[in-house]
Amino acid sequence: MVHTFYLNGYYIALDVNSGAVHVLDKLCFDLLNKFEDKLPKDFPSEILEELSKDYSKEELLEVYAELLELQAAGQLFSEDDYERFTDMMKGAPIKSMCLHISHDCNLRCKYCFASTGDFGKGRKLMPVETGKKAIDFLLTHSGNRHNLELDFFGGEPLMNWDAVKEIVDYARSKEEEYNKKFRFTVTTNGVLLDDENIDYINKEMKNVVLSLDGRKCVNDNMRLAINGKGSYDVIVPKFQKLVEKRLEGENKEYYARGTFTKNNLDFAKDVYHIADDLGFDQLSVEPVIADPSEPYAITEEDLPTIFAEYEKLAVEMIRRKKEGRCFNFFHFMINLDQGPCAIKRLRGCGCGNEYVSVTPDGDIYPCHQFVGNDEWKMGNLDDETLDIEMKDKFACSNIYTKEGCKDCWCKFYCSGGCNANNYSFNKDINKPVKLSCEMERKRVECAIMIKVAMADK
Amino acid sequence: MEHIKTVNNANLKESCAKGGCGECQASCQSACKTSCTVANQECENESRKNNK
Repeated sequence: MVHTFYLNGYYIALDVNSGAVHVLDKLCFDLLNKFEDKLPKDFPSEILEELSKDYSKEELLEVYAELLELQAAGQLFSEDDYERFTDMMKGAPIKSMCLHISHDCNLRCKYCFASTGDFGKGRKLMPVETGKKAIDFLLTHSGNRHNLELDFFGGEPLMNWDAVKEIVDYARSKEEEYNKKFRFTVTTNGVLLDDENIDYINKEMKNVVLSLDGRKCVNDNMRLAINGKGSYDVIVPKFQKLVEKRLEGENKEYYARGTFTKNNLDFAKDVYHIADDLGFDQLSVEPVIADPSEPYAITEEDLPTIFAEYEKLAVEMIRRKKEGRCFNFFHFMINLDQGPCAIKRLRGCGCGNEYVSVTPDGDIYPCHQFVGNDEWKMGNLDDETLDIEMKDKFACSNIYTKEGCKDCWCKFYCSGGCNANNYSFNKDINKPVKLSCEMERKRVECAIMIKVAMADK
Repeated sequence: MEHIKTVNNANLKESCAKGGCGECQASCQSACKTSCTVANQECENESRKNNK
């Protein structure tokens, strides 16, 4: 399978199954687009005749020979022979956890998928003992995996900060005995940040996700305090202080992470605001996941505007990269040479199999987005239960079981999309959401084009 | 080649030889939490990286 596209003046071909990316001239692009499958040894005469109206036969034959050469090298129309790896993750260790340390929040963001923090199950903080049991669960279910990830999530994790510290201390005390390395992260809205917890986060958390939507008017339209006031003026100085101190330390990773909605389809302006006016250089601004009936939900009619915005952002990033002063944009980051192996790419995030969420009550769910939906409860820490049948269902969900993925060029970049999103919209983890797919494909095209442009001296 | 420039080395096939170790980050843990892009994750398989 080959995907061709024209973007920002570049004619690009992606050989899907090998991952090879080629930049073509227009003649080559036009010629390649005549083929849906492997090139025959001899140039098909009807195509030669057709294209010779625009190009010389000599040139066409020359280009065809080059394409044949790529095909022979396994870099064009290469085979999809990865299906043999699909069962490889059945029985995989659990090595990654989203720990819902707080089912309470001090903001009332309009688009919150967690029902303003309590996931529809009542406002609760996780007891320290439950957190310690979650650590024990990871230690004993992670098999030979050395790196264990644990994200403190909510609600707002800083509302249960003392518990976070005790749980981190407990986990660290077990690392040597179990030969494991915990990588902690935290996702925070910033309201309760102070000097003490900033220093702690910067010392202990490998990554920190700072929720901020962009321009003050955009942020304050959606991210509201309980009293209805916007959060921008409270959180921005705290985030800036955190990042300034963080960059002096060992753990430098962070993301200023925003959500865009139908209300700010000009979200590139929010990206520039976060980068230029606020000084952050690690950014992620993502489309809202919302019921289509919500007034701020992104709908199909928004796609042309969103595509144009992504393209504009990509072109601006190239300009800045060439000047050596660009920010990172999470969804345009792509590693064409040494990214994840194809085996990882068959099933994506690993939720429900290698990755689970744990609630304040010790309930286990496939991921944070399934929390609160009883149908997807996988077990409980106190009962020491875990639904292996459900775990296997996730282990065996992959790009070959998901509707439409096998024949989609983007399958090794999105890995079949978000299971929770699929279930939420289509009531089936194996049925991807068309709208999300469309946006993802555009982002991946932009990401590849940026690589192409940066290789263009 | 006159008409084609290859930007990267095709390596998705080779990646399977020492792949599937499971040490890399769950993509959802990195920055997004609501949507997936897996291809931007870093490989953490030392033997595969050293083989580069």
